[in-house]
Amino acid sequence: MNETHVLRWIVFLPLLAAIYHGLAIGLVRRSSDRRLVAVLSCGAVIGSFVLSCVALGKLVQIPRGPTRILFDDVYTWIGAGVSSTRFSAEFGFQLDPLSTVMILIVTFVGALIHIYSIGYMEDDHRDDKGFQRFFCYLNLFMFSMLVLVLADNVVLMFLGWEGVGLCSYLLIGFWYTDRHNAYCGSKAFIVNRIGDFAFLIGIFLLFSALAAAGSPVTTFREIAAAFDGIREATIAVPAWLPFGPEWPVVEVVAICFFIGACGKSAQLPLYVWLPDAMAGPTPVSALIHAATMVTAGVYMVCRFSFLYAAAPGASALVAWTGGLTALLAATIAIAQTDIKKVLAYSTVSQLGYMFLAAGCGGYSAAIFHLGTHAFFKALLFLGSGAVILAMHHEQDIRRMGGLKRLIPRTQWVFLIGVLAIAGFPGFSGFFSKDEILVWATQAPGGLWLYRIALGTAGLTAFYMVRLHCLTFLGEFRVAPNAREQVHEVGSVMLWPLYVLAFFSIFSGLFGFPQLWGDMLSVEKSDSLGRFLGPVLTAVEKHHLDHATELGMAGTAVAVAALGATLAWWLYVRRPELPERIAAALKGAHQLLVNKYYVDEIYDALIVRPLVAVSDRVLFRVVDAGIVDGAMVNGTARGVRALAAHGLKYAQSGFAQTYVFFMIAGAAAVVAYLVR
Amino acid sequence: MIPLEHVIGLSAILFVIGVAGVALRRNLIVVLMSIELMLNAVNLAFVGFNRLWPGTLDAPRLDGQVFVLMVITVAAAEVAVGLGIVISMFRNRDSVNLEDVSLLKW
Repeated sequence: MNETHVLRWIVFLPLLAAIYHGLAIGLVRRSSDRRLVAVLSCGAVIGSFVLSCVALGKLVQIPRGPTRILFDDVYTWIGAGVSSTRFSAEFGFQLDPLSTVMILIVTFVGALIHIYSIGYMEDDHRDDKGFQRFFCYLNLFMFSMLVLVLADNVVLMFLGWEGVGLCSYLLIGFWYTDRHNAYCGSKAFIVNRIGDFAFLIGIFLLFSALAAAGSPVTTFREIAAAFDGIREATIAVPAWLPFGPEWPVVEVVAICFFIGACGKSAQLPLYVWLPDAMAGPTPVSALIHAATMVTAGVYMVCRFSFLYAAAPGASALVAWTGGLTALLAATIAIAQTDIKKVLAYSTVSQLGYMFLAAGCGGYSAAIFHLGTHAFFKALLFLGSGAVILAMHHEQDIRRMGGLKRLIPRTQWVFLIGVLAIAGFPGFSGFFSKDEILVWATQAPGGLWLYRIALGTAGLTAFYMVRLHCLTFLGEFRVAPNAREQVHEVGSVMLWPLYVLAFFSIFSGLFGFPQLWGDMLSVEKSDSLGRFLGPVLTAVEKHHLDHATELGMAGTAVAVAALGATLAWWLYVRRPELPERIAAALKGAHQLLVNKYYVDEIYDALIVRPLVAVSDRVLFRVVDAGIVDGAMVNGTARGVRALAAHGLKYAQSGFAQTYVFFMIAGAAAVVAYLVR
Repeated sequence: MIPLEHVIGLSAILFVIGVAGVALRRNLIVVLMSIELMLNAVNLAFVGFNRLWPGTLDAPRLDGQVFVLMVITVAAAEVAVGLGIVISMFRNRDSVNLEDVSLLKW
């Protein structure tokens, strides 16, 4: 046991800041000075980052292997039963290499986005306590996210899981006076709830299966150790269900967890909330809906890698869901005209990539892409935020164009982000995407997965270059009088962009694939993979020779280059062509612009019937009629009628009648006692 | 020596007479007297039982006797209040009949 108290302070620093802000807004009802708010919030998160580095330093002193892990048990959170029926969940944290990678990404990107937010929220005067409220939620989010990734048991992880969902809801609907924003926040929360429900069922199933096998444990390490006991366990289900009458517990639990991940990480069919989540302030989109929270699902799948490695069916589901989501979202992104919507669908698509890798067994590849994606997608979102602020809250790329001359710094960092996500050789996205492509060939039916992933890479390059061209290149489409008002954002916002741009280029070196390491004669170059190795269950990988791998990398680059060139040619050289193509393929174009009508289909099939049943039956009949009418008011009405028509005559006013009842009562008691 | 059964029997008879008086008589003064009768029936039972368990010579038990003194004190106080009410009622209603005071009802 390697105990340390550092871990709890990583988590509690942001919580303390959030509590301070909450007390100031909620109890004192006066917002604090903006400088104090900024220093406190950013300081807490930067402090968390520093402590994370300290924890990393402690961790690497422990020799490589399964014991390379730090613990911090704060207190017993839930405890019930004894010995063989004991259920306990500690409020305890553990730091293993996987958590380390996550907290470093979360606190580092989080700190940068906190700093950026100071500038972004500066001119927001819609609500007098808005500035402090924003940082309160942001700090609370950091706390929840750190609980999620540092939790040493699945119950505490679920607490963080719900916490980030709550903060996501609060921040999407941050400007709640606009009904649409409030609606988007609710949508995110409700869609997430579907996934969370499945996740919860999965936790219960896993625990009951473990308890039946004689080891009622909740911590990840104990579950992994006791896992062999439930490998063969089954659940009895009705025989008419597919694969009935007995389902393997492992598969069911893995699928339940994955449904939870689908909600949180915006995968088919629960991805619909993420594009609408763009209603929140842009730093929120960058922090929660690109870099950290939405990757929680990927983290969870990797955390349970031992479970997924033992569940081939669930793994195939993960891989195929990821692949299809990646492709579908990429096609939608092509036709979007809102700068943040393009990035949102891009995020859905990239998350699909991560699940594709995780489903094929490439857990460390998934985490690698998670890390690089956190950098370049945060960069792209913050860059788009800088554009939006420069354009005074204009988000439609059809009304931008030619901004390169007016905001060159923003354009440069944005271009770096575009190149990174498109997989330009040498940039971080190139290495992580290549890893995923290699893993995509591993799964059964992998050739199709590989083709899907490759096609998505081409589409990604296309829509990102399209976004860049429409925003920054070509002719100027801003209204002439608005032109003078376009200005570069302040340095408090630009510096985080520079730092993220640096990491968007170079973070690929953390997981430098051995393929390139061999060429540069670097031994053991994949340091991220080696670091994560002891935590993640290794899945056997068919060996690919270097020529094949190089060929695959070359193909990926060629496809991406094709997409990028096409986008450049269409939107810069021949800007009249896209409209003619759209007119020629009207049906297909409309389908993409309207996102395959998925929202409309869900609305018609699920939302409307649900609302109708809730309103007509549950509200009018069950609640208003039965609960309120018959039970609550009915009881009162019955008692009143009984009293008015009968009981009141007992109060006759004759003292001796009362005496008689008293004696009768006493006699009854005596009779009962001496019976 | 008079056996305990006789003492208890007398006590019970007195008590029932008291109960009947309270429940059946309309005159408030008689009702008060009946209450006194019930209290004294209890006192009788107390002393009767005390005689059954007198304790030893070194440590005599006096619980029952002490309780009787308590009850007499309480009864005296109660009668004072009760007669006060009777006088007040007589001044207001020119009557001490319980059937004449039945305004406090539904």
